[in-house]
Amino acid sequence: MTSRSRVRRAPENFLDARQIAEVQAGRRGFLRGAFAAAAAAAWAPAYAGATDDTAGAQSAGDPAILELPEHTKGLGQPVVARAYGSPSQFEKNLQRRESPGLTRVGGSSVSFAPLQGLFGIITPNGLHFERHHQGWWDVDPHRHRLMVMGMVKEAKVYTMDDLMRLPAVSRMHFIECGANTGMEWGNVAVPTVQYTHGMLSCCEFTGVKLSTLLDDCGFDRKNGKFVLAEGSDGSSLTRTISMDRALDDVMVAWAMNGEMLRPENGYPLRLVAPGLQGVSWVKWLRRLEVGDQPWATKDEALHYVDLMPDGTHRQYSSIQECKSVITGPSGGQILLDKGFYNVTGLAWSGRGKVKRVDVSFDGGRNWKTARLETPVLTKCLTRFNIDWVWDGSPVVLQSRAMDETGYVQPKINQLREVRGRRSIYHNNAIQSWQVAESGEVGNVQVF
Amino acid sequence: MFRFFSLLLLLNWVPAFAGTTSYPGVGRPATPAEIKAWDIDVRPDFRGLPPGSGSVEKGQKVWDGKCASCHGTFGESNEVFTPLVGGTTAADVKAGRVGTLVTGDVSRTTLMKLSTISTLWDYINRAMPWNAPKSLATDEVYAVVAYMLNLGDIVPADFVLSDGNIAEVQQRLPNRNGMTRKHGLWDVKGKPDVANVACMKNCPTNGKAASELPEHARGAHGNLADQQRAVGGTRGTDTATAAAKPAAVKIAALEVELPIAELAKRKACLTCHGVERKLVGPAFKDVASRYKGKADAEERLLERLRKGSSGAWGPISMPPNPDLPEADARRLIQWVLGAV
Repeated sequence: MTSRSRVRRAPENFLDARQIAEVQAGRRGFLRGAFAAAAAAAWAPAYAGATDDTAGAQSAGDPAILELPEHTKGLGQPVVARAYGSPSQFEKNLQRRESPGLTRVGGSSVSFAPLQGLFGIITPNGLHFERHHQGWWDVDPHRHRLMVMGMVKEAKVYTMDDLMRLPAVSRMHFIECGANTGMEWGNVAVPTVQYTHGMLSCCEFTGVKLSTLLDDCGFDRKNGKFVLAEGSDGSSLTRTISMDRALDDVMVAWAMNGEMLRPENGYPLRLVAPGLQGVSWVKWLRRLEVGDQPWATKDEALHYVDLMPDGTHRQYSSIQECKSVITGPSGGQILLDKGFYNVTGLAWSGRGKVKRVDVSFDGGRNWKTARLETPVLTKCLTRFNIDWVWDGSPVVLQSRAMDETGYVQPKINQLREVRGRRSIYHNNAIQSWQVAESGEVGNVQVF
Repeated sequence: MFRFFSLLLLLNWVPAFAGTTSYPGVGRPATPAEIKAWDIDVRPDFRGLPPGSGSVEKGQKVWDGKCASCHGTFGESNEVFTPLVGGTTAADVKAGRVGTLVTGDVSRTTLMKLSTISTLWDYINRAMPWNAPKSLATDEVYAVVAYMLNLGDIVPADFVLSDGNIAEVQQRLPNRNGMTRKHGLWDVKGKPDVANVACMKNCPTNGKAASELPEHARGAHGNLADQQRAVGGTRGTDTATAAAKPAAVKIAALEVELPIAELAKRKACLTCHGVERKLVGPAFKDVASRYKGKADAEERLLERLRKGSSGAWGPISMPPNPDLPEADARRLIQWVLGAV
């Protein structure tokens, strides 16, 4: 046991900031109970709670080893007990969640992906973040149509049967809402990485390149400078995509992570616009129009506009610039103990591949380069990891990504100097997590 | 030789199969009627704007019936959505720049941001009202736009907006000069406006936390212990002791379990009402309490459900649901009345 007895205690018995203050003030008496329970839990990593039973087994060893559990001594469940599998009952904490008070109506709202619990770079389909503008629908694929029209030789209609016969591509890309981290432009506002960065997901998408469809309809290469994408939901959300972007890597996709799109993510057809903010990835896609001017639709002229300090709004701000965040340890978590930890996080750039991620353990004073896991793909999440031994003292963790263009993720004060505090969108600032002596991790701004 | 020619003929024939296509048998030409049915977008140069007109007066009637329940009588409400009207002045109309956007005195309204009138027309036409998008006639869309502009003192009370004068009205929008595309976040080759340097040692910092979550907000997002994986090197911090609100989650689950909940959801009842708690509208439990034991409860609620209601539960009125089949309406009412 160390001086603060931070050895393998049940987290229930962890000292909070107030208790530490009590200890430092010499009032240790109240802790006796906690220490007793901690000793009892010496074998157990605590989730099951420290019970008195475990104390008796200490001399022989860990009851989790000595007493064979039911699943080792009995018959398990058969195949197809769950025809479409679902996560373990012990994983129920990892859910999409709304941020209380952010919106008033569920049909025009957002749910955040639990980044704190995800591994690697792929977001499970059931945990992909949601953003709906007028509610979501489960659209019948047999009645769904895509029309390509406007400045084309021949306006065409495609059924899903048609589209799924075309040359398909599969690509992994991140999708991030332009308002991700928007609540933190002013001050720290939310407690965990789910709410600070959870309007972010990453999938392998399968579909047809938009350029394939435009070519198929013989679009006007000379005058066709823009493409309007329109959804078939009540809002019929529309966004303008520039033609150079459309011909670059935009896809019309029907699949995510090996299965058809989920209804919340646009089943049966959505636009995939790599590197651009999520609102451009029009869901339930019904129409593409080629034109010679942008459309100034509601979600590019009234919303998703960035207010600058001089009172002007930036329209069509779309690129999600290089950004990263440490997902573990992160806000709202509590470290079990001093000692070794794998610090892990995500990095991405709407302008290409992530080149490097540096991590600071002292609030941005000194930095170490993290390991990038493979694959490292363009406009895709990249997972980074770095070793860390926590000595029990308060620290501030930060990550800072650099992309292949040489752009380095900025600090919040650098963003504010140019864009002020009121722009809502495109906050790609370095995130700081403060680890207190108690092991509690909190959201702070350090720059 | 014959075979070779057949092949050539076949290849020759392919383009005719579907116009310019390289993918024979995939897709077909769109008919003029199909294009007309879906090509509803209106651009800032008014391409796509259908002919028509609507007065401020007519707009007010449409507004009171179909818009005010969410947006307030004067477009000022922030109960459901952000306010539409307010924050613009006569000087702004003259300058084409909204002054309060610089000073930041008030929260941003739609009319403060609006730089192209086509945006407003197009959006109302495609997406409003909230629970019945695309149900407004063309002249009603003109009328609602006219009414909103009148609320912002951009056009007079006797104004009639039409495809003939909409370009002139564009020149009166308070923020018509307030938008910019001069930034590097759109073009594929756009240049960033902010950048950091990858300093590695003894880098400058402010050295302390400039902002952290205030103690009173500790439980504002529910109990964080329930939102983190319960195995691994960390656990979630227990914030239940300080103002946690797990009840909201439980109620959501309860709503889903109710057998009729799917109908209530599909008819968008649950957008404004909760079973246990007040959202925009009253909780079903409270409605049930008020009408409990009253013989004519079902008939009275049927009337309110179909024709709308205002003043019974506060400032926000309930929109009419004329298309709701009576059988569904009665099922929903009986369900609501059974909530206590």
